[in-house]
Amino acid sequence: MTIDSDMDLETQVAEWRTYMRRHRAVDGADVDELEDHLRATVADLVEAGLRPDEAFLVAVKRIGNLDDLSREFARVHSERLWKQLVLAGGQEAPAPAGSRRDLLVVVGCATAAAIGIKVPELFGLDLANDDGFYQRNFALFALVPMAAYFTFRRRVGAAVIGVLLALFALGGVGANAYPLAEDSQSIVITAIHLPLALWLVVGVAYVGGDWLSDRRWMDFIRFTGEWLIYFVLITLGASILVAVTVGAFGAIGIDVTDFIDSWLLPCGSMAAVVVVAWLVEAKQSVIENMAPVLTRVFTPLFAAALLAFLAAALWSGNVIDVERDVLILFDLLLVVVLGLMLYAISARDPTARPAFFDWLQLALAISASLIDVLVLLAVTDRISEWGTTPNKAAALGENVILLANLAWTAFLLADFVRHRRPFEHLERWQTRYIAVYAAWAWIVVLAFPPVFSFS
Amino acid sequence: MHVTKDLVAASATPMVLGILALGESYGYAILKQVNDVSGGELAWTDGLLYPLLHRLERLGHIESSWRTSPGGRRRKYYRITGQGRAELAEQRRQWAAVVGALKNIWQTTGEPPPAVALPLEA
Repeated sequence: MTIDSDMDLETQVAEWRTYMRRHRAVDGADVDELEDHLRATVADLVEAGLRPDEAFLVAVKRIGNLDDLSREFARVHSERLWKQLVLAGGQEAPAPAGSRRDLLVVVGCATAAAIGIKVPELFGLDLANDDGFYQRNFALFALVPMAAYFTFRRRVGAAVIGVLLALFALGGVGANAYPLAEDSQSIVITAIHLPLALWLVVGVAYVGGDWLSDRRWMDFIRFTGEWLIYFVLITLGASILVAVTVGAFGAIGIDVTDFIDSWLLPCGSMAAVVVVAWLVEAKQSVIENMAPVLTRVFTPLFAAALLAFLAAALWSGNVIDVERDVLILFDLLLVVVLGLMLYAISARDPTARPAFFDWLQLALAISASLIDVLVLLAVTDRISEWGTTPNKAAALGENVILLANLAWTAFLLADFVRHRRPFEHLERWQTRYIAVYAAWAWIVVLAFPPVFSFS
Repeated sequence: MHVTKDLVAASATPMVLGILALGESYGYAILKQVNDVSGGELAWTDGLLYPLLHRLERLGHIESSWRTSPGGRRRKYYRITGQGRAELAEQRRQWAAVVGALKNIWQTTGEPPPAVALPLEA
């Protein structure tokens, strides 16, 4: 047996392994077991005088038809077709090195988050009475531990940690340095924009210092969607638990609402932010992602609703009545539409050819842009007549930013469905545009209060 | 001669349990042993032994553990449990009943089978 044929056998076995792994009912430990069998057969055949490559062919043939085999495995292990979330590694296969450390890190960060929210109370800031402070700062309490978790997980360098610390400090300044009244518009706007700005800072930790990688930022977009879905699910579960607990203690005459309001809710929700991030990370490759599935369902429905609205607006000739909340409503609409497009993009195979679904997306992007143009016209009219407020300026700015993104997306999509452009351009556009959101959020947090003289 | 598929499938469980009752073993060795005791007449598809082993493990008849083989590779060893021994005893009783019944039939029919019907006795 020469070294050459040994190498040959190793490549053949490796290829065979990859092929086996494609069968969903066969897991890694099964392939290990079958490989041991394969190698034992080869060894015996070589001893009997066959060349290694011949022996390999015979051994593979003896193992039998892989489809039949995978069907038999599926009959024994039907649950494997429902992919399972294995958090600490199975009992059979040894847990990958580092998963224990990861668990410690997540427990540490979640505990820090839970304790952190109670620290201000030591300095006399009460959750019930100083809700302005908590309103401005909750994003810091929630997202600093989450960013810490990703810094540990990605083992990012000192430079990135420095940047993260600087940005979070900047967020702390933006939240607390300005003399804003408890009931001012600016404080509400800061409370909305600071979480957005800090979420993108978490993105910096998530990409692990790989600033310029479009892939990594796309992963972060995926992560955001999955995180939202999981957070909502966990919140639902937690509220059922709270309701049942309150009821059960009430039945024996003990009132636990105080404990729940001042401990369970704040500490639990802060810890949940980190735990959900960890869950999404852990399940990433195991379970089919939910966000793209929802996207597939809702893209056609939203496209139909928007087209119907557009048709009705044009047919009736009514101008959109710009009342207080209308701007926010349309911001929300654009955010939802953009979310749908982002997740469709993130889940799409970049090399697939244009299909019907891409036309649907194009229709959605165009109709949303058109509707937004109508709104913008009405709003600028009103602002030039009545002057502006922080609320209006922020909403208007968001409208413009989202409209620019959607319009350009529509343009790129139109090129793509006509085979004039690769899909990658769309991805790159969306990932680079994240910088615009970040810039705008920081401007609103840092520049708006002085510009509008803290009103 | 080739034993039919159905018969192979039906006899696989008692055969594997029987081999494991002799001592701990692993997939390839079990197959070799089946081959030896049947004189090569029981043609098993190698791969299909493993789903069977996993099913028996799930039923609790056998248990497994990963260890390093003498050759230095990771190998999964199987060993029979108390419940597996009880199952083996039960299967042996059933197979003995089937084999005994077949033997009786073949004794009375004799060999070679009679070509003409026996004349009725007066």
